[in-house]
Amino acid sequence: MFMENLTFLMHIYVFVLAIFVGFELITKVPPTLHTPLMSGSNAISGITIVGALLSAGLEQFTISTILGMVAVIFAMINVVGGFLVTDRMLKMFKKKK
Amino acid sequence: MRIVIEITYLVSSIFFIFGIKYLGSPKTARKGNLFASIGMLMAIVITLFDQHVLTFEWIIIGVIIGSTVGVILAVKVPMTGMPQMVGMLNGFGGGASTLVALAEYHRINPNYPVDLGLPFNLPIDQGIAIILSLLIGGVTFTGSMIAFGKLQGLVTGRVVKYPLQHPLNLILLLAIIAGGIYIVINPGSISLVVIITFVSLLLGVLLVLPIGGADMPVAISLLNSYSGIAGSTTGFVLGNNELIIAGALVGASGIILTLIMCRGMNRSLMNVLLGGWASAGTAGTATGTTSPKGDVKSIDAEELAMLLDSVSSVIVVPGYGMAVAQAQHAVRDLMNVLEKKGVNVRFAIHPVAGRMPGHMNVLLAEAQVPYDKLFAMEDINDDFSNTDVVIVIGANDVVNPAARHDQSSPIYGMPILNVDYAKTVVINKRSLNVGYAGIDNELFFYPNALMYFGDAKDAMTKLTNEIKNL
Repeated sequence: MFMENLTFLMHIYVFVLAIFVGFELITKVPPTLHTPLMSGSNAISGITIVGALLSAGLEQFTISTILGMVAVIFAMINVVGGFLVTDRMLKMFKKKK
Repeated sequence: MRIVIEITYLVSSIFFIFGIKYLGSPKTARKGNLFASIGMLMAIVITLFDQHVLTFEWIIIGVIIGSTVGVILAVKVPMTGMPQMVGMLNGFGGGASTLVALAEYHRINPNYPVDLGLPFNLPIDQGIAIILSLLIGGVTFTGSMIAFGKLQGLVTGRVVKYPLQHPLNLILLLAIIAGGIYIVINPGSISLVVIITFVSLLLGVLLVLPIGGADMPVAISLLNSYSGIAGSTTGFVLGNNELIIAGALVGASGIILTLIMCRGMNRSLMNVLLGGWASAGTAGTATGTTSPKGDVKSIDAEELAMLLDSVSSVIVVPGYGMAVAQAQHAVRDLMNVLEKKGVNVRFAIHPVAGRMPGHMNVLLAEAQVPYDKLFAMEDINDDFSNTDVVIVIGANDVVNPAARHDQSSPIYGMPILNVDYAKTVVINKRSLNVGYAGIDNELFFYPNALMYFGDAKDAMTKLTNEIKNL
């Protein structure tokens, strides 16, 4: 009925621990960097690209291929646009000379 | 190969973690972003070696289109357009999650594309993950697009009310849950999966539409969090730890920013999401507060230049009005002439100033204002009382003293910048109109307040020239 039960539990495990890591890392970010943090982390959420590639690269052409390809487009916009625009912003943050 | 792939995903996850860690300090932030993008590149490349990836033409097409659009967007967007840019990118991430969940559902359905009458044993956990991906991804996609539209001015930035707003949203959510349970039990119903997708998309529109412009920092942060969680649920669908980790990091980051924004307004998340607050504004003067009466003193550029000639400390308080007028460069010029005269110029940034977290900081950074001149509210609020002149540029509600003492005011309890404690407060605004909360600002009538009317950019440029001419 379930996938292999333990596998699923392990995923939950990883999820919960990663949330704690996220909280630890981000509570220390100063307000000045909130926008780049948001756009940078946004780009990271484009990791869905992995799933998109798996769907778009299936051996047989089905609706999954089409959905996957559109997902690749979406995720790539998210990833490429996100990292580039974050870098553009961070380049501007300078201390007093 | 499987092991190499898994280890690469692990290393890539570590790059993400260090990337976010380094994003936490201005000195290392660029490196952090680079680390995160390297992690992403690793994940993408290694996935191409997965045994399920056998054809590449669609991948290549998708990567080329997506990258091109991404590059164009990233290069073209002006800094003032950053909130809508982040909103839109967010939406694409959510949309990708929905699409991947749909693709995966069709892939594992043995009766698609031809109904062979085979039994479809969808594991319960995977079924739940698919439904959650459709729901969260769908809400993130359309919600972010509406947020984009509001920030871009394509959709009204006002609080939109529609009949039966809350019951309707609740019913839609319950319908998705009920449909989801049905799918988990009877996985074969493709049409129901499609319906759930569309209802989720509709829900995203309906949830974000009522949220007013100035509440966008909260909405954008929350949608950011959703896009991360959608990534995680996709990870559960595919059984991929890296998606789960990366998604959880982003989800946590978005939630923290959301809470910081809510705290900055002294409002609960529910209150913002339900579109509460600004209803007072649409009701005209029926806010329960008596409008402050009295005389407003105004000042022109020349007089203000003379006033600033004899001071030693100035704090500038920028708000959304500065962004709208694109006045950040003019403000920088003003800072420069004042500093040349030996004036100590600092900036006080309210947590919810602008339309997204850190909005003012990015604009001022663009104008080459050093970030160590920018102070968060809690770091500078005690300094107003020994400051000569405060210049408020396009901010309103965040400097309204009613938040401190007027219990009947809708913004009562909101932490504000104590600009009224300074010797003189100069408020640059186009008119005496109300701010987002729809209430009058008693600050304008204070004895130490001076109104300096005009568009922020023109007004600051004029002021700078007057100071130079002294």
